[in-house]
Amino acid sequence: MSSSESQQPVAPPVDGAGAASEGAAAAPVTPPWASGPEKPSLAYRFTSSPLVLSVAALIAALVVGGLLIVFTDQRVLTRMNYFFNRPSDTFEAAWKAASSAYVALFEGAIFDPHGEDWTQRIYPLTETLTIATPLIFAGLGVAISFRSGLFNIGAQGQIILGAIVAGYIGFSWHLPVAIHLILVIVGGMLGGAVWGGLVGLLKAKTGAHEVILCIMLNYVALNLVLYVLTTPGFQREGSTNPISPQIDRSAQLPRLFGDSFRLHWGFVLAILAVLLVSWMINRSTVGFRLRAVGSNPEASKTAGINVTAGYIVVMVMAGGLSGMAGVSQISGTEKVLTGDVAASFGFDAITVALLGRSKPWGTFWAGLLYGAFRAGGVAMQTNTGTNINIVLVVQSLIVLFIAAPPLVRAIFRLPDPSKTGRDKKARKASAPKAGAAQ
Amino acid sequence: MPVLFPQGLRRTLVTGGAIISASALLLTGCAPAPDEDADIAQDRSDYTGCIVSDSGGFDDRSFNQNSYEGLLKAKDDYGIETKQAESQAITDYEPNVSSMVRGGCGLTVTVGFNLSDVTKSTAEAHPDKHFATVDDDSIDLPNVRPIVYDTSQAAFLAGYLAAGSTKTGKVATFGGQEIPTVTIFMDGFAEGVNYYNQQKGKDVSLLGWDVDKQTGSFTGDFEDTGKGKTTTQNFLNEGADIVMPVAGPVGNGAMDAVNGFNTDEPKNPARIIWVDSDGYETLAGGQEYVLTSVIKKMGDAVEDAYVADMDGKFTNEPYIGDLANDGVGLAPFHDQSGNVSDDMKDELKDLKTRISNGEVPVESKASPVKKQ
Repeated sequence: MSSSESQQPVAPPVDGAGAASEGAAAAPVTPPWASGPEKPSLAYRFTSSPLVLSVAALIAALVVGGLLIVFTDQRVLTRMNYFFNRPSDTFEAAWKAASSAYVALFEGAIFDPHGEDWTQRIYPLTETLTIATPLIFAGLGVAISFRSGLFNIGAQGQIILGAIVAGYIGFSWHLPVAIHLILVIVGGMLGGAVWGGLVGLLKAKTGAHEVILCIMLNYVALNLVLYVLTTPGFQREGSTNPISPQIDRSAQLPRLFGDSFRLHWGFVLAILAVLLVSWMINRSTVGFRLRAVGSNPEASKTAGINVTAGYIVVMVMAGGLSGMAGVSQISGTEKVLTGDVAASFGFDAITVALLGRSKPWGTFWAGLLYGAFRAGGVAMQTNTGTNINIVLVVQSLIVLFIAAPPLVRAIFRLPDPSKTGRDKKARKASAPKAGAAQ
Repeated sequence: MPVLFPQGLRRTLVTGGAIISASALLLTGCAPAPDEDADIAQDRSDYTGCIVSDSGGFDDRSFNQNSYEGLLKAKDDYGIETKQAESQAITDYEPNVSSMVRGGCGLTVTVGFNLSDVTKSTAEAHPDKHFATVDDDSIDLPNVRPIVYDTSQAAFLAGYLAAGSTKTGKVATFGGQEIPTVTIFMDGFAEGVNYYNQQKGKDVSLLGWDVDKQTGSFTGDFEDTGKGKTTTQNFLNEGADIVMPVAGPVGNGAMDAVNGFNTDEPKNPARIIWVDSDGYETLAGGQEYVLTSVIKKMGDAVEDAYVADMDGKFTNEPYIGDLANDGVGLAPFHDQSGNVSDDMKDELKDLKTRISNGEVPVESKASPVKKQ
């Protein structure tokens, strides 16, 4: 009796709780208002893919850039003066200005159909790859530090340091063929690695913020290169111009396809670097620790990872990669050291890494895109007279649009894949209202 | 169901169209439409003149801009086609120059010593193409014409004038970067001051440049006008009353400092000597204090180079602008004319002839004549 009494009151609650938990578990799977898991339609899957998003960003940027081209074009502006008398002239000139500029951009970056022979036709593509090479190196450097949670914006200084060391070895030492180039490469990487490592070391030891350190070391590097170029050791004989002698032939990266193209073996090295970094980040212990530190330094510390050592290691690697960008500038394309040897690659590398979402292959493709814009920009300004600054604006707009997916989704009314079906329903409901209001 | 181009976009397009029309309305007069073919006479439109700037860009108010204006003048005068490429950085030099070569250019002008390596290698690879290099004479090739200036001669005159016009016995100069095309001005200026002291037994001192040691004041770049202002204020505080900034746009800072000084001291105003172009015409304010300008007539020489090439008379003979061929010179005194004595004007004229025929030697380490 006592046993049945004790069992009786207990049993129903158990049943009830079980039913309740069953219901709770079932609820998210089949909500009362949904008729089973909805299979996304083909159109939905298409419009929500990241590729379409990127293309949409590109289109948006090209449209805005096209308007800028039109409104800065002298021919268009003069024809606008009599817009109401003969509007066709304005539109014709506007179309001509925008389309010819973009055609030139394409012909300067990918393929030039007007070339006399195959070499000339394919030349633009090799230019794109050439210009992309330092961007890929520096972009990788920035990307790996992003992955470990460091906002490394010091690529500019690291490139410059790499270039100074590589350049000095290149023009002042005279060594046999293979050894010289190897020393230039190693020296350049070391130069960048020291500059990057310095940031890591100071952050690890003193806790100084890496952004401040990077900015300041960028200034130091820039003024350092200007200074060394005023010393006779870095100048040409009999000249006081701030430009170094050319580096020896033995210190130059050989060209990939002969002398008609500027494309050099640095590009192959860049691909190898992408593979290496990609393996390092995804497969190696170092990469695992680095990602762990990036996602949660406190937890990593608790788990026994040496966070401060991690900062130094990652900054040394990042600096070494940026140093390689300096090497590819010195030994691959420019062959001399000047004050602006790093151009704006150190800063472009940040955007390249961001565009590539800090993934090695993403960075690679982003580097190619940037290279294409730079290469195409040359043809755009020489062949159509479009101001080079417009090219920079279009570049920046693309980055802006790609970096802001919600903006592009809003412009093109693309769906957001991260939103659930419920939100979609809500949107659908409000859409007709907006239409009616119009 | 998402649609690619729903009403929202159409609305955007309509708005955009409205904005365009509105701005068109603002921009338009309702001017009459011209005849279909109202372009200028294109007698030499078969010829293409090209130019590549260094990283200063074509709006640097200095050699890039002056050279570019030479091309534009050739375009206006002869109706030639033009191509121009502005370099953002060293990495653009080679692509820009080689795109000119592929673009069927007659003569390609490259501006600045930074482009000389690229010009040289491109010229060697394309012996049938013609090039001219502004402010660089390091290339000796049959298809490259150097265009350089012996500005020290004109700066010498400016130094002489400054020494003769100062009331405090102190004049000053400073540079942007320490490069030959800058120091050549300062050398000439210093020697002009020295020459005046010798001739007249005076003791006018020069601040900002020691011609023997080749050391002096430099702001470090051609951009930071703030530094130009501070440097000039320091000179004025030390008692200088004539300043020659050789620093491109940084000179605007010097002009600010002079204007500020003169507001406080209207009795004994400080004055400025501009360089490259006639400051009286190019400056936005303070023209009345421009004593004179040391002019480098780059536009003319560049236009001449195009014209010669157009007529099939290309030569690799260097063009050296000096006082004798009027490639360099002093600008008119404009508002300051009353403050320059007639004697001084005559002396300057005389000095100009004597420098031209070599009686008075002007020596600068940076001088292009001396190198040869």
